[in-house]
Amino acid sequence: MIRDITLGQYYPGDSWFHRLDARVKIIWTFIYIVSLFLIRDFWGYVIVLVTLALIIGISRVPLNFILKGLKPIFLIIIFTFVINMFMTKGTPLIEIGFLTITKEGLRNAFFMGTRLVLLIIGSSILTLITKPIQLTDGIEKLLSPLQKFGLPSHELAMMMTIALRFIPTLLEETDKIMKAQMARGADFESGNIMRRAKSLIPLLVPLFISAFRIAQDLAMAMEARCYRGGSHRTRMNGMRLRKRDGVAALLIILYLTLIIVQAQGILSLLMMSVIQLIQAA
Amino acid sequence: MNHIISIEDLVFEYEREEKLEPIKALDHVSIKIDKGSFTAIIGSNGSGKSTLAKNINALLLPSSGVVYVKGFDTKDETKLWEIRQTAGMVFQNPDNQLVSSIVEDDVAFGPENLGIEPTEIRRRVDASLYAVNMYEERRKAPHLLSGGQKQRIAIAGVIAMKPECIILDEPTAMLDPQGRQEVMEIIEKLHNEGITVLLITHFMEEAARAERVIIMDEGHVAFDGTPAEVFANAKKIKALGLDVPFTVEIADRLRSRGIDIPKDIISMEEMVDYIACRFK
Ligand SMILES: Nc1ncnc2c1ncn2[C@@H]1O[C@H](COP(=O)(O)OP(=O)(O)O)[C@@H](O)[C@H]1O
Ligand SMILES: [Mg+2]
Repeated sequence: MIRDITLGQYYPGDSWFHRLDARVKIIWTFIYIVSLFLIRDFWGYVIVLVTLALIIGISRVPLNFILKGLKPIFLIIIFTFVINMFMTKGTPLIEIGFLTITKEGLRNAFFMGTRLVLLIIGSSILTLITKPIQLTDGIEKLLSPLQKFGLPSHELAMMMTIALRFIPTLLEETDKIMKAQMARGADFESGNIMRRAKSLIPLLVPLFISAFRIAQDLAMAMEARCYRGGSHRTRMNGMRLRKRDGVAALLIILYLTLIIVQAQGILSLLMMSVIQLIQAA
Repeated sequence: MNHIISIEDLVFEYEREEKLEPIKALDHVSIKIDKGSFTAIIGSNGSGKSTLAKNINALLLPSSGVVYVKGFDTKDETKLWEIRQTAGMVFQNPDNQLVSSIVEDDVAFGPENLGIEPTEIRRRVDASLYAVNMYEERRKAPHLLSGGQKQRIAIAGVIAMKPECIILDEPTAMLDPQGRQEVMEIIEKLHNEGITVLLITHFMEEAARAERVIIMDEGHVAFDGTPAEVFANAKKIKALGLDVPFTVEIADRLRSRGIDIPKDIISMEEMVDYIACRFK
């Protein structure tokens, strides 16, 4: 179960999207996330879905690989959906006992659920098609203007590099400790929430200890390999904006325009009239 | 200057909280390592092997005495990076020394820290990955590799810094026999290419493959010589809580039954050859 988490994983490839500059992809992801909150109606989601489908199709990341990443947050999605469905006031649609599903509730639930799913998919695509080192280099470059104000951009990027590198190691470690505890009769699955939370303590303590040990070893290994902060470092793959990054920027602007237009409700009006025209014809 | 590493009367103490006595991990150790040699260091747990290795790499600095690497005093801060580049280090745990989530980026980490040109880094990374037979895996994530493969990546990360000397602190301790064999082959290959190798190990068979064996005991050097010379003291070595190589053990038992086996036979092949010749 624990190994299903694909957030933060990289799917090696050589597509147009893989080769884009990481900075462009980071800015894109940022705009994409904001855009999800600008969407007002169904047509907005059509734009997002078509865009996602294009990115996934061209970058050739298998769809089931992406969907697998949703599994760990499946419960949260369901929860969001249900809460919204029952908790929104409006015209009643169905009544089950004291619970009422309203028309607005259903609409809200659908929108919130979809938004959450699209949010996860969109941001996991960023890490799936960007080499971790480029991702963190990109963040470092994007944040570097803030260095003047005391933001340690190199250190932040290095921390992220290490976090991405050690997430799988720590997950394996968790798995191992869990199995070891279970072999001694520990029970992580049954009982109420309090009992389950308590049963996690014998899991968390060794995990923390092992995380500290890893940190100590790694710091030593990094020093032995002449690491001394960002100032003297060169990079094997320096970042350079190319023509395709310009094209991507234009596409991002196009996307943003579409979203803003639809947020103003113009797009849906336009689509409506087109549909009416077709029906009339 | 023939000594790449020269340790003179080294004492190292780990400081502890105020009231407690410091732990004396190294007690007046003097060792000189020839350029291009292959030395194995063995010793029971806590005998100070890792402490010694870290002193050579300037990860720890002597409490007293001096350590010279390529003629530089490890206490000289202006030469720190040169010292660490000259004497690269590979650690025991293959998981805890790789920094990046892609193999080739990890190998590039050292050269990047040295401020080398990007094209040159690329060249070195490729060459190092070929040298440890891991070029095919260059795009993979370390956590998907076997222990032996990870350890070879760690070695590649060190040789990409073009060191003159590699110190390996029990690099095979956490590996399966297959991984151990892979790593030992790489180590011997590096030695044949002229790199000075300092191998800390607790596998006697590995130590027997070196040109020189040093046995550490409670912070000082107990034995120092060729494998044949050192393992001739089988009884004393066992008293230190160590084993001797299987071949040495057999030779010893054969001798006690009146079959005279020369003292310089250490490896299994030599033994087989000798016995085959003698009893043809
Ligand atoms: N970080 C440390 N702090 C305090 N004592 C230590 C530390 N590391 C090692 N020691 C002590 O120093 C001695 C030598 O340890 P070490 O060099 O790790 O031996 P080896 O590698 O041969 O097993 C041991 O007694 C050990 O307990
Ligand atoms: Mg040790």
